Amino acid sequence: MSLLEIKDLHVAIGEKPIVRGVSLEIRSGEVHAIMGPNGAGKSTLAKVIAGHPDYTVTGGDVLLDGHSVLEMEPDERARAGFFLAFQYPSEIPGVSIANFLRAALQARLADGEELDASAYYKRLYEKMDLLKIDRKFTSRSVNEGFSGGEKKRCEILQMAMIEPKFALMDETDSGLDIDALKIVAEGVNRLRGPGLGMLLITHYQRLLNYIVPDFVHVMREGRIVLSGGKSLALELDSKGYDWVKDEVPVS
Amino acid sequence: MPDSQAIAIDPSAVENPAVGIDQSSGNFSYDMKYEFDAGSGLNERTVDYISSVKKEASWLREFRMNALKTFESKPLPTHWATRDLENIDFNKIRYYLSSGGKPKRTWDEVPDDIKRTFERLGIPEQERKFLAGVEAQFDSEAAYSNIKETVAKQGVIFVNSTEALREHPEIFRKWFGKVIPTSDNKFSALNSAVFSGGSFIYVPPGIKVSHPLQAYFRINAENFGQFERTLIIVDEGSEVTYMEGCTAPKFSTATLHSAVVELVALKGAKIQYITVQNWANNVFNLVTKRGLAHEEAEIKWIDCNIGSRLTMKYPGVVLKGRKSRGEVLSIALANDGQHQDTGAKMIHAADETTSNIIAKSISVGQGRSTYRGVVHIPRHLKGCKNNTECDALLINSNSRTDTYPAITVRGDRHAVQHEASVSKVSEEQIFYMKQRGLTEGQAMSLSVNGFINDLARQFPMEYSVELKRLIDLEMEGSVG
Repeated sequence: MSLLEIKDLHVAIGEKPIVRGVSLEIRSGEVHAIMGPNGAGKSTLAKVIAGHPDYTVTGGDVLLDGHSVLEMEPDERARAGFFLAFQYPSEIPGVSIANFLRAALQARLADGEELDASAYYKRLYEKMDLLKIDRKFTSRSVNEGFSGGEKKRCEILQMAMIEPKFALMDETDSGLDIDALKIVAEGVNRLRGPGLGMLLITHYQRLLNYIVPDFVHVMREGRIVLSGGKSLALELDSKGYDWVKDEVPVS
Repeated sequence: MPDSQAIAIDPSAVENPAVGIDQSSGNFSYDMKYEFDAGSGLNERTVDYISSVKKEASWLREFRMNALKTFESKPLPTHWATRDLENIDFNKIRYYLSSGGKPKRTWDEVPDDIKRTFERLGIPEQERKFLAGVEAQFDSEAAYSNIKETVAKQGVIFVNSTEALREHPEIFRKWFGKVIPTSDNKFSALNSAVFSGGSFIYVPPGIKVSHPLQAYFRINAENFGQFERTLIIVDEGSEVTYMEGCTAPKFSTATLHSAVVELVALKGAKIQYITVQNWANNVFNLVTKRGLAHEEAEIKWIDCNIGSRLTMKYPGVVLKGRKSRGEVLSIALANDGQHQDTGAKMIHAADETTSNIIAKSISVGQGRSTYRGVVHIPRHLKGCKNNTECDALLINSNSRTDTYPAITVRGDRHAVQHEASVSKVSEEQIFYMKQRGLTEGQAMSLSVNGFINDLARQFPMEYSVELKRLIDLEMEGSVG
């Protein structure tokens, strides 16, 4: 059982404040969705937890099981249990998915310990079957020439292999048509379980039809202005974000 | 961007830990008592001394003396090359150091401290595993030289140049200096004046040497200049793969390595020449390499340059015979404080000749890489083909890459293709990989290995593994 605590977090890019005091607790097994209009600071929140170098934390804290992660390098945070599913995953030319994942898993072993190659491939193929991904996929270079749907599926495959404590899913639905969205959502649902906490960042309610969250939070102008159960997402969908504006005035 | 001033590194920069990286596996030296020492500086007495120690014939002594004059008369090529060359102090260099005695045929006979050196570098182990023969040069002369009996029985000769001149003067002299004349450039002249060691290989007609022959060049002494001379002659229809490796300890003063390598592939012969260079960052590596391909012969250079302060090396093939083929696959990694000025030369001199150049360079931090290529196809020929691809990868914003492809094609009966690309490992890409748990060094290493992957796949297995290991070490160390 793990706990992710975001405490009164303030984040800026350069001088410009983006996140202005967010507090949130996520436990293993819980799925939290953060919704909000463009520019609300949703993606920033996900990236800053992962340690993206473009952002500066100007106040507050992020704790994993009681320990602050803010002084940790992005790779240390990753190995501690955070996984960021990127909105725009990078291409790594010449590096196959199989080799990339192998390097990622090897990086989690102690010095001198070698990944068991045959066990690795067995597990990789199991996860690919689970996510209905073609075996040929593994020899392609990471994200190179991938369609939007393939990129997102590749993110989910990585998540399945790495088995993080907390997954931060940044606009996983963006750029997907409805069929691709269903496939990706199904993959995510298969990974749901008591060991995994999830933070879903999304602009649209659509994704939440397929990945049903336990909690929904609405962000506006760098703050969480409203929290509720899954029904909140539906209400937002019918009434729009302006409804929140009227409901909860932001100072 | 570093200008030429910034590249003139002072000794303290060489000591910079971010620069030094991991030649760590090769970064050690032992105190040696040298029986023969030509002292510092270069003049006629130096040349005389080397020739006397080697008990050379008078034609060779004259050859050396003439070469010395040529060397002295030629200016440094700084009108096109980096001015860092001016930092070589030819008067401080020691031109010949050896402990005397012939190279040993078994490792047991090799003196302990020299044996220790090569054991630390893993040479005897590699020999047992997959090599047909090994020659291990320590400063000026080979300490060990051995060829598997089965290969020797086929009539294959694999000795160092000193021995070759004594034991096979007729073959040696016939080809020596014919592919690369003394006056080719200032450093080929220097080598011709003071050369010592290097490999001599002769493969008789119709013999395919099944395993690679390997030479290992080790610089142990400070302020030393290593000038090996390699000559490989592969007779009609024969095949050989030759591999060279090299290391030196990291001294604060400059070391010079200036080799000349000549290859001759007779009718239908195939030569594959593989270099995995990993010199320490104080080494000026100025090497002239060229092959002569007769009818339907094939010469392939696989050239990996990782270490050194400045490398200037453009392996070439003179396509002299009809339907001959030349190939250069080149990988250069320039880290902080390093300049890799590498490329290829393809001189088409017969009909239906084919050449292929694939060059990949990686520049990291302040590292600088330069591709220079010459492809020459004259008007009177027909049916010649060249393909040139140059790809550059930049990691960090201060690195620099230049490409100078000189392709001269006359006449209208040829096919030539040239492609070049520059790409960059972005911050976002590094963050992506770090987010998967890789350290920055691992992330960069993976990007670099991905970048060269399609080339490295063409290398013999053992060498692509070695190359990957060296890149890992280099990239791990390049992270501050």
